[in-house]
Order: sequence, then structure tokens, then C-alpha cells
Amino acid sequence: MADKILAKDKLGEFLGQLKKDRQVFGPQAVEGKAQWAPLQAEKDLLWEFSNTHLSPKDFFFPQTECMMRFVNQASDEQGMIMQAEPELKQARALVNIRPCDAKAMQVLDLIFVQDQMTDDFYWRDKRDKTLLVGLACNDPCPTCFCTSMNCGPHSSTGLDALLVDLGDKLLLRTLTDKAQALAEGLPEAAKADLAQAAGLKKAAEESITSRVGMDQVNAREVMDLYEAGLWDRVQESCLNCGTCTYCCPTCHCFDIQDEVQGTIGRRVRNWDNCMSWLFTVHGTGHNPRGTKKDRVRQRFMHKFKYIPMKRGGEIGCVGCGRCVQLCPVNIDVRRVVNDMNA
Amino acid sequence: MSTTQEIAAQIREAAKRLLSEGKVDCVIGFAQGTVPMREYPYFAYTPEEAENLTWSRFCCNNLSNFLVRRPKGQADKVAIVAQGCVSRNIVGLIKENQITREQVYILGVASPGMVDRNKVQALFPLKTITEVTEDGDELIVKGLGFEERVPTKKVLRQNCYTCVMRNPVIKDEMIGEESAPTHGGNIDKVAAPWEKLAPEERWAAFQETFKDCIRCYACRDACPLCYCHVCFVDEARPQWCGKTQDEADVATFHILRAFHCAGRCTDCGACESACPVGIKMRKLTSMIEKDIRELYGYTPGMDLESQPPLSVYKPNDPQEFIK
Repeated sequence: MADKILAKDKLGEFLGQLKKDRQVFGPQAVEGKAQWAPLQAEKDLLWEFSNTHLSPKDFFFPQTECMMRFVNQASDEQGMIMQAEPELKQARALVNIRPCDAKAMQVLDLIFVQDQMTDDFYWRDKRDKTLLVGLACNDPCPTCFCTSMNCGPHSSTGLDALLVDLGDKLLLRTLTDKAQALAEGLPEAAKADLAQAAGLKKAAEESITSRVGMDQVNAREVMDLYEAGLWDRVQESCLNCGTCTYCCPTCHCFDIQDEVQGTIGRRVRNWDNCMSWLFTVHGTGHNPRGTKKDRVRQRFMHKFKYIPMKRGGEIGCVGCGRCVQLCPVNIDVRRVVNDMNA
Repeated sequence: MSTTQEIAAQIREAAKRLLSEGKVDCVIGFAQGTVPMREYPYFAYTPEEAENLTWSRFCCNNLSNFLVRRPKGQADKVAIVAQGCVSRNIVGLIKENQITREQVYILGVASPGMVDRNKVQALFPLKTITEVTEDGDELIVKGLGFEERVPTKKVLRQNCYTCVMRNPVIKDEMIGEESAPTHGGNIDKVAAPWEKLAPEERWAAFQETFKDCIRCYACRDACPLCYCHVCFVDEARPQWCGKTQDEADVATFHILRAFHCAGRCTDCGACESACPVGIKMRKLTSMIEKDIRELYGYTPGMDLESQPPLSVYKPNDPQEFIK
């Protein structure tokens, strides 16, 4: 479908249409930071921001998610029959999601929904019912490196529609059937508009100066990378906290727990992370990742070696730069991957 | 007073000397970070690596944390850059038998007071800061489309305003000169902000303060007091604390952690500096710090001799709080 033009004074109608049968969320200024929140008024939606402070992955993979409930009572006929949690009742739309975060959701689709045996209902249900309307980045941050990670500031992968801010108006590019209705009745973009959007894309891509190389990471054998000396230095300052994994849009490890009180119980899935000692400790007391070095290495090897090997070159990183900004000891993923690539 | 740049040069010289003379195997200091206002803990093993060491108002980690987490057999004798609070934590680690005095060579520095990067960011909401440099008593903040000067005194970490000891309490060598011991702030005016609140207001303030917690445990992992091999939240048999984002689980972690730090916390602020969502956990911990000071007349880590109040029983210990 041809690109359309959405005048900024028609934005209210556009959002109104989205809101008709969906709950709409967007980045808003909350306590001085860009954060995801339900969109009440058009004026609250941010247009000039780098990215949201934390990633939107919890819309699909909540930090704590009840999977099912049960009654643990022999006399109860329904005892120990798991009651699945209800599906998401209302469809949703995330407006002004950045292309890197949409790309991350597409990478996670490959992990949560693979085949008949690996088909995560909880993830798929929310993904199917959520429309992603992206906002292209015209002013990437110095910590962005999406162009090195199969992505880019105007990338459309994983999105249902992409908006490009042309100043006084928006260019709307619909990408999936789900989004076609949004473009109905809008005027087609003129040649000059398309040229302007292409120019913004080129300028944004060129403004990303952080480069991360993957050619040697791909070429080197797993054990060669695994045993590389660089991990001895990377692990030194690492605190083994979970900041990098919890702010990351593609980290997806979890822990499942049964919480029981008396005869009633629930099964909950919580975010967990490879930095944690507890994540891998066995019932015997043995821990296959017993040292800080084992754990910090796992995070980088998983993202940049194991996922690319197993998922046809996809990378477990989209270059959003959140971990670069938030790591309390400034372990810079760009530096680590470039060391892996040396 | 020397500028932080002058101190940094002196740290590099001292580190090079110690490493080339073989006095230490490693010097733990800071190197310049790849993002503004975040220097990172750096481990120099050779005189060449010592060239990477720096010192500024952006050194917000507590380096003593790295004295107890070093892999066995690696660098037995280390030098460490320590300002007041860090030296007090080294004293604490010695008293708690985690390290010995002989293991560490302390390069003492007077703390200039560290910058709270969240405060600087809050001055430029939603804007991207690309570079921050020190210029005397001001910071030059550069970002996408702006450049401004900010008085450093306005954007220091809260704990630095009320610091009771900026100079190292123990040292092997002083880098630069000692400064006035305090920063001028009155700890009693700001400690325990919830003390006077009614219970329900206090609970509301607590909930508001910790509502954004994502349980990454950066506060714990950045803290030199939290060296337990297995933290109580990581105990699995039995599991003391739930793993969810439910309020009870999150609150249990923060309240219990605070209690574990009673009589030990030096108010170094590393927890707040590490937090990715800007939680001010000192609102909670400062109450405990105040209690220890008022009930037992004790300020942690000030000397190697005095006994930590919670490790000794005295018949006349205050007990009015037992009801």
C-alpha cells in the first residue's frame, strides 16, 4: 500500500480510531522520563524523545505473570485441575514505539513461538492482540548502535505501521493487514514527502556513529570465543546485578514458581536473569555457572553467538543502548562485542 | 584545593610507582566511562594500564565492594583509591573479618562530593546529554542541541551534602591534601524523613518511593556490606522471600536489606547511584543510620578499634524500642 500523509491536526482522529476497539498506550513524560503509560489525551503522547526509559517487553512478557490457578485439595473434584488464566480481553495498540523495540519483539517471537511444541500461549496471545505503530528515529542517541544489529532508525521490522515525523505532518506507512484500516481516507504521500522521509532516514542512519562488528564473532568457533581472555576483564567490575537484562528489550529468561497458601495456589512466571547465581544452581548444590565470569559471559555469548547460530543470523540485541546507559559499572556492550570480534 | 584532574594525575603516578616497584599486584580505581557522568571501576595490573586511571566527581561506585568479590588467587595484594566513605567501608570489612589490613594499600583521597547523574538529567528532561565535563565549581553539560553550565553544588548526591567524613579514616598514602571533614550539611535535618509521619502516611511514602523497583538488585550488588555468599532473597531451601512484583515481595526485600545494614552502613550512596530507576532508598536506610547514631552513639567505620554495637551485648543497651 502506498505511503499516506497524516496531518498533525488530524492526529486526534487517528488516535480516536485506534481507541475505538483498543486500549492505546504511548510514551509519555512521567517524572521527567519517557515512560510507557495508557494514553488519555493526545497532548500527552511524546514525539521528541530518544526512547522510553525501560523497554516495552513487559506488555507481552510481564515481569510477574500468573499462568494458572489451582486448588490443592483431595476432596475437591476440581482439585489439582489447573485453571488457565483468561486471555487478554481487549486488543491494544502501542503508538510511537521505536523501531529497535519492535525489532526486539520480532526476535522474541522466534524464541517464544517456534513450532507446535514451543508455542508460548501467554506471549502469542498478547502479541496477536497488540498493534504496533512505530515512530522512526530522526535523532538517534550517541549510545544507539541499531545499524550494526540487523536494525536501523527507520526500520519497519516487527511493526504494523511506521510513522515518520516530517515536521508539520506525518508519513504513515502501513505494513500489515492489521494496520490497513488506519490508512483509509488519508491522502497519498507526494513525491516530495517520500523524498523528505528518505532523506531523514539517510541522515539518521549516518548520525549513528557507534559501530559494532559481528563478522569475526560469527566466524569464530564457540569454544574459541568462550575461552577468550576478554571475559577475565569484563567480569572484573561486573556486579552481577540484573539491570542490563531487565532493561533489555530482548532478554527473556524467566523462573516459574508455584505459590501456595493453604489449599489454593497459583503458578507464576517471573523475569529472571543469567547474572543471578540462583538462576542456574542445581538441587544438588552444583552450579554450572558458579562464577561471576561464567554468568557475565553467558549473557554476551547468548545474545551474540548462540542466538545467531540457532536463529539464522538473528541477533539477541537490537542496539537500543539502554544497558549502556544504565549499567551501574558502565560495562558497554559495544566494547564487549568489539572485543569478541577482535 | 587540587582539582580532580590534578588528583587523577597523582593517582596515576602513585599507581605506576606501586605497580612497577611490585608493592601491589593490582590498583583498583576508576577509568573514564563511555557515557557521561559514569566513570567505572578499573583494575590496573601494569604501569601501562595505570595510565587509564582517572578521578572526577563522577566516581559513584564504592570500590571497597571489589575487595571481597575478587576471584581467588588473583592479585593478592591490591591498592585501592579510597575517599572517606570507601575507607570507612574498608574498616568495616576488616572488622567483619572479610579482609585484612595488610591485604590493602590505601591511596587516600578527599572526596570532592559526587554528582547525581539523575539530578543533572532532570534539569534537561527528555533531552539527550552527550558530554559532561568539570570546570572548577561548574559542570559543562552538552547535549543534542544545547550546552549549559550547572553549578556542581546543586547536583551533588544527597548523601554527599551530609557526609560526616570526606577524608580517608585510614590510609597508606594521601593523594592531594585533606579537605574540611564535612560538606556542611546537617545529617539530623534530613535523615529519617518519614520519622514524624503517621503510620499510614509513612506506609504511603514507602510505597511511593519503592513503586518503580524492578528487583534487579543493583542496590544490593553495588553495596560493600552485601557480601553474603547467598543473599536471603536468593535462599531457596526454604525460600524466605517471594519472587514476584507483588508489593509484599518487593517490600520484604528492601526492608530486610535495610535492617541487615544497620550499624554498618556508611551512607556512601552507592545503592542510589546504581539504581536504574532512580529509587531513593536512603529515605529508608537513613532512619536506621540515625537510630544507631542516637541509640548507641556509633558511626560505622570511623576507626579500627571501636566495637560495632550490634556485635556486642551490654547490660545497659538501650531497649526502649522493645515493646
